[in-house]
Amino acid sequence: MIFKTATEMADALSKKEVSSVELTQSHLDRIAAVDGDVKAFLHVDKEGALAQAAAVDADRAAGKNVSPLAGVPLALKDVLAQKGVPTTAGSKILQGWKPPYDSTVVSKLKNAGIVILGKTNMDEFAMGSSTENSGYGPTFNPWDLTRTPGGSSGGSSAAVAAFEAPLAIGSDTGGSIRQPAALTGIVGVRPTYGAVSRYGLIAYSSSLDQAGPFARTVLDTAMLHEVIAGHDAKDATSINAAVPSVVAAAKSGDVKGMKIGVIKQLQGEGYQKGVQTRFTESLELLASLGAEIVEVDCPSFEYALAAYYLIAPSECSSNLARFDAMRYGLRTGDEGGASAEAVMAATRDAGFGREVKRRIILGTYALSSGYYDAYYGSAQKIRTLIIQDYAKAFAAADVLVSPTAPTTAYKIGEKVDDPMAMYLGDVATIPVNLAGICGMSLPAGLADEDNLPVGFQIMAPAMQDQRLYQAGAALEAALISKWGGALITKAPALKGGAN
Amino acid sequence: MALNYDEVVAKYNPVLGLEVHVELNTESKMFCSCATVFGAEPNTQTCPVCLALPGALPVVNEKAIESTIKIGLALNCSIAPYSRFARKNYFYPDMPKNFQISQYDEPICFDGYVDVEIDTDEGPKQFRIEVERVHMEEDTGKSLHVGGATGRIHGADYSLLDYNRAGIPLVEIVTKIVPGTGKYAPEVAKAYVAELRDILRGLGVSDVKMEQGSLRCDANVSLMLKDAKELGTRSETKNVNSLRSVERAIRGEMLRHAEILETGGKVKQETRHFQEDTGLTRSGRSKEQAEDYRYFPDPDLVPVKPDAAWIETLRAALPERPSIRRKRLKEQWAVPDKEFAAMVNADVLDIVEATVVLGADPTKARTWWLGEISRIANDQGVDIKELSITPAHVAELINLVASGELTDKLARQVVEGVVAGEGTPSEVVAKRGIKVVNDDGALMAAIEKVCAAQADTAEKVRGGHLPAAGALIGAVMKETAGQADAAKVRELLLKFLGQ
Repeated sequence: MIFKTATEMADALSKKEVSSVELTQSHLDRIAAVDGDVKAFLHVDKEGALAQAAAVDADRAAGKNVSPLAGVPLALKDVLAQKGVPTTAGSKILQGWKPPYDSTVVSKLKNAGIVILGKTNMDEFAMGSSTENSGYGPTFNPWDLTRTPGGSSGGSSAAVAAFEAPLAIGSDTGGSIRQPAALTGIVGVRPTYGAVSRYGLIAYSSSLDQAGPFARTVLDTAMLHEVIAGHDAKDATSINAAVPSVVAAAKSGDVKGMKIGVIKQLQGEGYQKGVQTRFTESLELLASLGAEIVEVDCPSFEYALAAYYLIAPSECSSNLARFDAMRYGLRTGDEGGASAEAVMAATRDAGFGREVKRRIILGTYALSSGYYDAYYGSAQKIRTLIIQDYAKAFAAADVLVSPTAPTTAYKIGEKVDDPMAMYLGDVATIPVNLAGICGMSLPAGLADEDNLPVGFQIMAPAMQDQRLYQAGAALEAALISKWGGALITKAPALKGGAN
Repeated sequence: MALNYDEVVAKYNPVLGLEVHVELNTESKMFCSCATVFGAEPNTQTCPVCLALPGALPVVNEKAIESTIKIGLALNCSIAPYSRFARKNYFYPDMPKNFQISQYDEPICFDGYVDVEIDTDEGPKQFRIEVERVHMEEDTGKSLHVGGATGRIHGADYSLLDYNRAGIPLVEIVTKIVPGTGKYAPEVAKAYVAELRDILRGLGVSDVKMEQGSLRCDANVSLMLKDAKELGTRSETKNVNSLRSVERAIRGEMLRHAEILETGGKVKQETRHFQEDTGLTRSGRSKEQAEDYRYFPDPDLVPVKPDAAWIETLRAALPERPSIRRKRLKEQWAVPDKEFAAMVNADVLDIVEATVVLGADPTKARTWWLGEISRIANDQGVDIKELSITPAHVAELINLVASGELTDKLARQVVEGVVAGEGTPSEVVAKRGIKVVNDDGALMAAIEKVCAAQADTAEKVRGGHLPAAGALIGAVMKETAGQADAAKVRELLLKFLGQ
């Protein structure tokens, strides 16, 4: 059962072929068997998950109306507050903190009867692309345990790819859902900024952060997307509009007459050969399904990475100021009557990792009087130019496409000491965040040179998330029929559990 | 030799700048739904948002925006069609996020003025105080430093934090520099804060209690030589908690600056704290090195874009400006300057007006509230508005006296009864059995009795020594338990004794 899709599990649950408790227990067993190698989870909430599953089973037995995914288990990125369950954002500074409240995403999951198995590993405060910046050690890619599952939502992507959960929640500030989805051969969507409430999502960069769904199929992803999206009065940036019909779009999966724009700037030099090959093949498939392929020019994308690495650190330098040892989390250095200032400094020094400190320092500098206009101000201007580039591109095409990441999964440790090389891995995903639009990554096959998954990225205008699913479902169906089965079934078996 | 005040203002021109912080009386905080009751148990009015728990987000209180726009309109400001909140970043334990949400270069109201009138040697004179901006921000929590001698952070054993106040909406009203007040600078500043207080009270947007900190004034003062072109260095005095203190603090700072300048020193640009007991200021934080607050637009909040029609609705509903109202009432009631000033000082204008509106004679209403009732309030150490006597009671009382049912003396007994909670004046009259003795027969009986008892005195009066009648009248009043009309008693007595 654990190797099935979430939709199939939901179907089996509704037909009472399996109970949620059984399904949840199977996943807990799988976690116990393989997570010692994968290390996707920071915390497994066995009791909470089984209790939630039992409640759903009871509701179903009582004949109550339950939502479509009720009883299906899910892995939750540790960046989202869940009442009473340890929530650390991958940082030592929050070790042992149990939120007294649920994030809006968690409330929505609970209301839908989705069973939360536990909290997944991530780069500390979502800063990173490999989970190697986690304060609790890296997560390993189920396709090759010597490699990264991507990041920052690498724990969530690895959990889904390792069949530890059929669904997962991640967050995407510069590609942190789409890139790990690409590197682990699954589907991940970053919804339109403001489509999913950020209330209870521990902030990295407020104007870029967005929670979103992971699953092994486009339809499963859409099902989860509809559960977590919607207006929330607790988030001032939440969009007050109807949730796009993403499930219907995933079910239709028709690209006939759809204009698909290939972004000139997001291909070619710097992209691994196998990645480029699979990307081109997918384009050809889409064309064969009746889509019209056009090329679009987005000249400002050249500056996207630079703008991102000013805006995100600036916002994080302020967002992370609250971790000061005064009210929660780690507290060190207050033996012997040290001043509050000294305790704050000692705690922040001990609790934050290197990458977090690097970005806080960068951001503090960029916002400083005398530098603000040159750095933060210029970055905001680039942001405007990128929005304009997208507007022009979307006038010529319904969706835009590119490889999700320039390379397949790299080795753990390979780029950890070279932040610039790591940052470059986000070159294709970051423009979406800067413009506040939506994007999807879905598997496009394995690169010939390393037999590792390649991601195909689809982008759509704000609040047109259904277009992602429409194009994604069409491509997914064509690829599966070409391969003779889902890509994930080709992943090597993990010790402790046959795939 | 230090200059005295007259010498200081003969040589130097003072320049003022006033920053007033007003706590709005909204029921909930600026960015969350916590209550704002003054004096609640520490940390009982807090939530994830105002405690800055990880993941929590601010949402603007619409009522606070409405109040701020009303203030801006009442101060003749322009209202920005677009303004933003900004983060002011600095670390302090009583500020949970370690940034304050404020407004920086885009305040919601700007370019207004307040006219104040003060008495000068040449008679009443008007001064115009120009308002630079009115902006919204949130209050901080409170630190209580325990141990050490001064209650200050230095030398304290430990500090306690109360976050009840954290996030209470504050409005900051900043004047442009105010030159040209000469020796009247302290009075002008006091009149400005008083006028502001009255305006805010009239708007009903704040409790404006300086002693509770719901209205706080920071006074900036500098001196420049009479023929100088450049402004002198200013000091900023905080902790000015009453109207009188505004005046004292400015006068004190002018003297202190002059003393420094006269001895060839340089005034330090710094924050100073006003000491209520001595009337002097002591040095606080030095501002020689401007702090870098790294302001940037708060990405968690959306711009404030008030609808133009709504602004006009608010403008149309503004109450009469206090200065105009005072002028009107003074004329309508024909009150002499001195008495009117006494009413303003005693803060009884509203209550007297309410009494007059109910049909009472203005002079009588004023006399009651300013005299007997103020005296009772003083004796009990409470605000006159806290007494149980209302304008309706006083209007009724004045009626009873006018119709001859009570004498002034009896009416004072009735007031006592009303204040003691015995009911309306009529009820007190009935309960206490108070009534004017107008029955000539009863009075004559008392007169005859008294004259018999004090035959010597009666004989003197009969002999033409009229001053001796006083003792007899007093005795008759006593005999009738004070319920007789003294004039009537005198008339009957003199007639009885042949005078």
